[in-house]
Amino acid sequence: MSPLLIGPLATGAISGLLALVIALTDRVVNNYGEVTVDINGGKKSLKVKGGSPLLGTLAAESIFVPSACGGRGSCGACKVRVLSDVGPHLPTETPYLNPEELSQNVRLSCQIKLKKDIRIEIPDELFYVKKFAAKVESIRDLTYDIKEVRVLLKNPAAIEYVPGQYAQLVVPPYDDIPESVQRAYSMSSRPGEPDHVEFLIRLVPGGIATSWVFKYLKVGMDVELVGPFGEFRVHDTPAAMICVAGGSGMAPFWSMFRDMKEKNTFPDKEIWYFFGARTTRDMFLLDELRALEKEMPRFHFVPALSEPKPEENWTGDTGLITDVLDRYLKEKIDPSRPKEGYLCGSPGMINACITVMTKNSIPEGGIYYDKFA
Amino acid sequence: MNAEPLVNPVVLFFASIFTSNILLSNFLGMCSFISISKDKTSAYGLGLAVTVVMTICAAVSWLVLRYLILPLDIEYLSFIIFIIVIAAVVQMLEMIIDRVSPALYMSLGIFLPLITVNCAILGAILFMQIRSYGFLQAVAFGAGSGMGWWLAIMLLASIRKRIENNPVPAGLKGAGITMVTIGFMAMAFIGFSGMIAVQ
Repeated sequence: MSPLLIGPLATGAISGLLALVIALTDRVVNNYGEVTVDINGGKKSLKVKGGSPLLGTLAAESIFVPSACGGRGSCGACKVRVLSDVGPHLPTETPYLNPEELSQNVRLSCQIKLKKDIRIEIPDELFYVKKFAAKVESIRDLTYDIKEVRVLLKNPAAIEYVPGQYAQLVVPPYDDIPESVQRAYSMSSRPGEPDHVEFLIRLVPGGIATSWVFKYLKVGMDVELVGPFGEFRVHDTPAAMICVAGGSGMAPFWSMFRDMKEKNTFPDKEIWYFFGARTTRDMFLLDELRALEKEMPRFHFVPALSEPKPEENWTGDTGLITDVLDRYLKEKIDPSRPKEGYLCGSPGMINACITVMTKNSIPEGGIYYDKFA
Repeated sequence: MNAEPLVNPVVLFFASIFTSNILLSNFLGMCSFISISKDKTSAYGLGLAVTVVMTICAAVSWLVLRYLILPLDIEYLSFIIFIIVIAAVVQMLEMIIDRVSPALYMSLGIFLPLITVNCAILGAILFMQIRSYGFLQAVAFGAGSGMGWWLAIMLLASIRKRIENNPVPAGLKGAGITMVTIGFMAMAFIGFSGMIAVQ
């Protein structure tokens, strides 16, 4: 045989042989048989095939633990508390866990492999999280960098959620992004319209999901959502809601306010909504919110521009949203009334608002927010 | 095939630890040596993993070399084949350790895949080929080289621990002082050379 052939054939044969041995080893070694996953002290008990990470195994059983990265261990969202022994924390987990979580044996479910029977604890509401097949119905440009994406749910055909909650959009692999990822977006739609979900998506330069939405997402395309998730919601207290948002942080509030008006929930709650932007170019839903203000006497809308241009004829408030908030808390909103804070926006904005709010005697325990980095 | 060198495998084992330490005399496997030697626990785990992988790879590669590469006369492909063998062995080892000893898997965990690209492993296998060791010699050499590497990284980790709180000139901090330290260590190990000749 020609030496030209022997080389590649031999290398191929060796590779094939080793691959076969690896596959056999995998078969034998990674066969953990059937294991039982006990969730929340017997509330649900699953018999599953062992050997795979907990996150994927649970997802296959329609229990969707939130995960933004899709199980690569880079987001730290898929935390679950493990009650049985699964060994010490892995170096891939510790960066995402605080001392309290470490002591409670909170684990990243994408990093722990199911090898034997396991007992775990997850928030009850995760039982209601589902995966939805949906179709993009419309995409609307709200500003030059924010789009409103509206999808029609196909299977299941309706979603039940509390305004303020978020869902995860499944982004398929594209360009040089090799794996499917999931990103969380607050739902801006109303629960009163359960067959549709809307998101406000702002283009983040270099963002995997937002770039995909802006570049590839078209009307008529099929997408997948997982949800609902999140603790962000209106709290049933007599305190006035002081809401602050910027950019696509509008989403949960747009859902909350419309739902409150539609169903007249929490009828005694006064609402102040501060929305900050740089110029009118970054403002959106202004007319809709102003109309809502007219129809709902307890709702006060305060849009503010930090850098209005003279030719824009801006008549509303000006200044950084934190300064505007501070001014209103001191001068316009009855200081004797109890208040609670609701924030949605960049981590920088949220931190700055927390400082302003606590200075104006809103207790820190009464400030609620979802931080989207 | 050249004749086997007349070295007792036991002698070869100790020689490859001390007199011709693969790291300090051949400077192989420097990348992970410098980056993982910051603390002793990781250094210990990596050293252990290198030793295990090197021993097994030396044995497997010897068999592949003796019964496949040499009879087929494809020595020009030995680099590629050895790399494939290393990758496969590491992969299998990872799976087996994960099943058999979760505790060991924990301590080796992230280091095992790292070893696939550790040039000390390939280096040891190529030395084995060039010097035409016999099977026992190859295994002894692999184990010895691995332990030598392990010894060196443990020494370096200990030294770095002691240097940590000392005033190092700004320009030498981190990798700089580590390189200087490795140089001194290598010089110290040269003191062993001549005690036993292995080549």
